[in-house]
Amino acid sequence: MDLTLKIWRQKDKNSAGQLVTYPLNGISPDMSFLEMLDVLNEELLVKGEEPVAFDHDCREGICGMCSLFINGRAHGPERGTTTCQLHMRHFKHGDTITIEPWRAAAFPVHKDLIVDRSAFDRIQQAGGYVSVNTGGVPDANEIPIPKTIADKAFDAATCIGCGACVAACKNASAMLFVSAKVSQLAMLPQGKVEAKTRVENMVAQMDVEGFGACSNTGACAAECPVGISLDNIAMMNREYLGAKASSENV
Amino acid sequence: MNWFTKTFSSTIGRKIIMSVTGLFLCSFLVVHLVGNLTLFYRDGGEAFNIYSHFMANNPVIRTMEIVLVLGFLFHIYDAIVLTRRNKAARPVGYAENHPQENSTWSSRNMGLLGTIILVFLLVHLWNFFVPARFGELEGVPNAEYTNLYAEVVKAFKNPIYVGLYVISMIALAYHLIHGFQSAFQSLGLTHKKYTPFIKTFGVAFSVLISLGFALIPLYFFFFVNL
Repeated sequence: MDLTLKIWRQKDKNSAGQLVTYPLNGISPDMSFLEMLDVLNEELLVKGEEPVAFDHDCREGICGMCSLFINGRAHGPERGTTTCQLHMRHFKHGDTITIEPWRAAAFPVHKDLIVDRSAFDRIQQAGGYVSVNTGGVPDANEIPIPKTIADKAFDAATCIGCGACVAACKNASAMLFVSAKVSQLAMLPQGKVEAKTRVENMVAQMDVEGFGACSNTGACAAECPVGISLDNIAMMNREYLGAKASSENV
Repeated sequence: MNWFTKTFSSTIGRKIIMSVTGLFLCSFLVVHLVGNLTLFYRDGGEAFNIYSHFMANNPVIRTMEIVLVLGFLFHIYDAIVLTRRNKAARPVGYAENHPQENSTWSSRNMGLLGTIILVFLLVHLWNFFVPARFGELEGVPNAEYTNLYAEVVKAFKNPIYVGLYVISMIALAYHLIHGFQSAFQSLGLTHKKYTPFIKTFGVAFSVLISLGFALIPLYFFFFVNL
């Protein structure tokens, strides 16, 4: 299939960028979206042009590295997939495909389609962990956890931190990401010890990074490649209010 | 800043304020609509005038009036602060974006809908509240109350007002359809047992309240002749 690509090209953080049009012919519908970009980059290299920079790593939907706002949707038109899991069979011969980086003040563009997502790392470092003692390995299942709670915590833990929630949100809000991280630990006994300080610090860091507020549009959950639920946001708000009302941090 | 102001100036804190004031304003809508139903009573406005006289003079109502104004002010102020923050969170937009694939129009345009409601509110206060409280309304013979009902009849003979009121109530319906259930979500009041009911109730509430208000100008325009 033959395609026309409109790709955001930006030299570095401080340069202005623009959409550049590239014709690309002979793409197989069996290729993944990233393989299609590999083909384009090969062609650009042969022509002596700078290849398009984009993030990718595992290419099987578990690492959260690939991003891309494709034809007006985070990770492209299919629900519940990352860009590496998106295949060219979802496009038609002759299509024009617009490819842009995630857009958020907290995710500055590094180069072309690569954005700096270290804001997520700093939010995690503010409290997205549990403190454990070193020493002997504890017995598995020593602490009983009801199946329903374990399942919910696991669902929240499937967040791969790709940032599609921020990209899709009209407010560039990170609430779905932060709430998944907060809820995952708040539900489990190991996480309860630091629960109050955790939610206070992670929300404070989220605000410092310059993400927007939640308008409950649900765009984040709809575009999330792993299906993180809005219930996590409600749970984080509960946790936050409770912590603010009762924590020792004045 | 102490912990209290820090809490309520965070993004979540401000959403909490939006939710609490929003639900409070919903309760006002119920009271206001129930009172206004006296307009449909075919007694030449006697019941409505007695009701409005009570609302203007009862000390409890006058106190709640101040709380109501504060509710509006906090709701509007926080909406402005949040909207500015949200705009700043995405300084460069997308060249191509299809948000209709992942969210409803009303959920993305609460600010626009709210602005329409605010404009309506100012016109509405000018139509009825200002003359009732500060103006010289004509009295009703042999009664201690004034004739606000005559103002209602007069205003709703004007098709521009009728149109504005009806359009504003459509905006109100869409504002509430998203806002009512969204308030519970922001407050963290979700549960799989109750949330489906809250969502259904929210839609029914929004439509019924807005329809009730919209029927008043239409009723006077088409059916009341003095």
